[in-house]
Amino acid sequence: MLNLPSPRAEVLDRRQQIARDLRALLGRDDLLTTSANELKGYETDGLACYRTVPMLVVLAEDTAQVAAVLRYCHDNEVPVMARGAGTSLAGGALPQQDTVVLGLSKMNEILEVNAENQTARVQAGVTNRNISTAVDDLGLFYAPDPSSQIACTIGGNVAMNSGGAHCLKYGVTTNHILGVTFVTMEGEVVEIGGEAFDLPGYDLLGLIVGAEGQLGVVTEVTVRLMPKPEAARPLLAGFASALEAGACVAAIMATGRTPVAIEFMDRPAILACEHFTGAGYPTDAQALLIIEVEGSEAEIETELAFVEAMAREHGATSISVAEDIVSAENIWKGRKSAFGAIGQISPDYLCMDGTIPVTKLPDVLEQIYAIGDRYGFEIANIFHAGDGNMHPLIMYDSHQPGVLDRVEECGAEILRVCVDAGGCITGEHGVGIEKRDHMPLMFSPEDLEQMKALKRGFDPKWLLNGGKVFPLTETGIPAGQIDPTQGLH
Amino acid sequence: MQTFFKDGVERDPATQRSEAIFRSCVHCGLCTGTCPTYQLLGDELDSPRGRIYLLKDMLENDRKPTKDVVEHLDRCLSCLACTTTCPSGVDYMHLIDHGRQVIERDYQRPLPERLYRSFLASVLPRPGLFRWLLRLAPLGGWMRPVLPKALKAALALSPDRLPAPARTDRPGLHAPAQVNAGKTRGRVALFPGCAQQVLEPEINASTIRLLTRLGYEVEVLAASCCGALTHHLGKATQAEATAAQMIDAVLAAHRQTPLDALVITASGCGTTVKDYGAMFQDHPAKKARAEQVAGLAQDITELVTPADLEAAKHADARLDGVQVTYHSACSMQHGQKITTAPKTLLRSLGAQVREPAEGHLCCGSAGTYNMLQPEIAGQLRDRKLRNIARTEPTLIATGNIGCMKQLERGVEVPLVHTVQLLDWATGGPRPHQLDGR
Repeated sequence: MLNLPSPRAEVLDRRQQIARDLRALLGRDDLLTTSANELKGYETDGLACYRTVPMLVVLAEDTAQVAAVLRYCHDNEVPVMARGAGTSLAGGALPQQDTVVLGLSKMNEILEVNAENQTARVQAGVTNRNISTAVDDLGLFYAPDPSSQIACTIGGNVAMNSGGAHCLKYGVTTNHILGVTFVTMEGEVVEIGGEAFDLPGYDLLGLIVGAEGQLGVVTEVTVRLMPKPEAARPLLAGFASALEAGACVAAIMATGRTPVAIEFMDRPAILACEHFTGAGYPTDAQALLIIEVEGSEAEIETELAFVEAMAREHGATSISVAEDIVSAENIWKGRKSAFGAIGQISPDYLCMDGTIPVTKLPDVLEQIYAIGDRYGFEIANIFHAGDGNMHPLIMYDSHQPGVLDRVEECGAEILRVCVDAGGCITGEHGVGIEKRDHMPLMFSPEDLEQMKALKRGFDPKWLLNGGKVFPLTETGIPAGQIDPTQGLH
Repeated sequence: MQTFFKDGVERDPATQRSEAIFRSCVHCGLCTGTCPTYQLLGDELDSPRGRIYLLKDMLENDRKPTKDVVEHLDRCLSCLACTTTCPSGVDYMHLIDHGRQVIERDYQRPLPERLYRSFLASVLPRPGLFRWLLRLAPLGGWMRPVLPKALKAALALSPDRLPAPARTDRPGLHAPAQVNAGKTRGRVALFPGCAQQVLEPEINASTIRLLTRLGYEVEVLAASCCGALTHHLGKATQAEATAAQMIDAVLAAHRQTPLDALVITASGCGTTVKDYGAMFQDHPAKKARAEQVAGLAQDITELVTPADLEAAKHADARLDGVQVTYHSACSMQHGQKITTAPKTLLRSLGAQVREPAEGHLCCGSAGTYNMLQPEIAGQLRDRKLRNIARTEPTLIATGNIGCMKQLERGVEVPLVHTVQLLDWATGGPRPHQLDGR
């Protein structure tokens, strides 16, 4: 069972004083949450099997408040954690008992859109989708599209360097961030990057994007916008086995003719998503590929013909193409709701995020199913197949005693298979709490030491988003007193 | 997700049902993305996921509702946008209904609040009393400064001009205007609605004209209120009593000569009537009857077909090319999942139908919400009106009286009920909202 650092008793003792100080700092009451009932609502995120009620919650309205809170926490040695919409699947927004949650969800303004230069300046709490919605009329969009995009915030995307279905062609968050307003743990407000891509100097943005809230707090972001394609069309290809579908993906990618997205779903996921959207997924197939191509009408025709031929060659049992925009939207709605839709067939799941070389897909899939069988868990696979970003969802029932230990072990084995296949433990969800203890699978003690040195450079007192990313043994913080599934129960 | 109900403790059926609903939530948070109050307030606790969590914790620990919890649950509009978004199929509607009933039963609101809520619950469902009080509303003007905020909000919603009671709202039978080959198109019952018949009697009049023109026999029922308003206030006993009267009235008419449908012209009512089965699920004797009525219920836009309208379209082509912006009420699109029918009908009569951006967001009306939470309701109304204005409409159509009253004060463009347009375009009178334009 995963452990959390033991809370700092001397911080908990000061709770009331800290609440008074923060209230005075903010100059008002309504931005601070102190009641036990309300704090409970902040005890977890998209990874609901781990829960800890935080000490306090502050919902900031601007950068100055964020800076003031961080400065206070730094000066008074109070642990603090930034939170966006709380949709992390890796427990990135799991608080700890001695932590002040610094929520950025009220900061949801789109500050400026520069259509000529194709950039937008937004506050960190704006949802990913709302950026695209706001610039839709201009023929632009924000490319990275995590499946939770209707809810997740750009600040959280920056923290986790989020990906998404269309990242196969467009790249992930780090390829679309031009600048950020970054608040250091000392409360200093720093502008990093700017309006243009690839500025001279050290790539500090590269450091901050994907830092999982370990180095500071991003309050505003300048994103790069892309012109919308002339048109896009998804194709559904059903297969009689997951292995054939996996082989088809590897073959398409090997030709170098990269579609804009290749998504994979196996049978449990197909059924759950079809039940939710009625998008027309082949419910008799064992595996489904959603392959999207885009461009001019002629380009779409050519590429669809190519994709269809490849699918048939690899044994596709059914092929259909979206008829119109509504049916295309429905196909994507199904895919993007897939994790939630699994809730229809299983009360709980743990979502892994290993990434592997595409050529290994059939082989790794086979091993994942075998691991699931061995542990007695059904596993649903829904993932970004084109870039080898696997999402095995281990389905379980949290009401079975001791089940989580076995789920964690099962997940660990899957990640080991991914690493052994030449891949890594996280593609886009981040390490968070979930994969923290698997870091040594990939990184040597020297690697981790360098990462920690960097973290200490920004956060010498180790106050920011503690208990995450680094195995606790690496941090010297005493562990083991808190069972993170128990919360206040 | 996991629940922590204590073993061996007896739980009532409603709580057991809620537990099953909690278990179906995977805490993914997608619902926050379309929740109106979360868009405005940015607090997890003012999102569906947060409210589910607050309720879960309260019920698990068998704790009485506390002020902090009640505040967040009260802010829920019951717009049900979250249920459209939720991929896991969480039945949030019955969860929040249960929550409201627990609050009503176990929580002592401050006296003014209690009085105000009881006032709303006793006045709005009674057309006679409601009309009489609205006549007095102008007198309230000079009392404004001393009125509490919520009452001021209610007063602000009272209409400048109060229509006279309509003859068509009296119980009775309306014969079809034309009968093809000796056969009516069908027989339907219509309940005139409580607040609707006072505020906008033309809706029922239009419905009767349209349906009889299409060959339907329409029986106007004596029961007027479906119980939705009191149900949303958590007043379960009162709601059930009102609903029981409605069920009796519908089934009496049905026994006389079988009904093809119970026509509903306010989508807020539709959501509740179609869910009567759930309201009486713990009353074995009443459940089947309730389900029968729920099964008969149809929104007017579900009953009428494009073919009906095309056949009856008036030679003047009154809607041809007219820019109509359709505002879908939450109870229409989320509550009843009717998303295309009203637009298809308007298009079949030649209208150019547009939809505002953020069409999934509530306008703030939400039953009595705009009288109880005027600040949030006002912000949502302004946002809705901005989005509607961007569509540059000639007319705005919607299928719920609450939305009409919430939005009409803020717009220059005429705002009508969808059925008024369907009636006009098939030979009925021009909607009075278009007078002078």
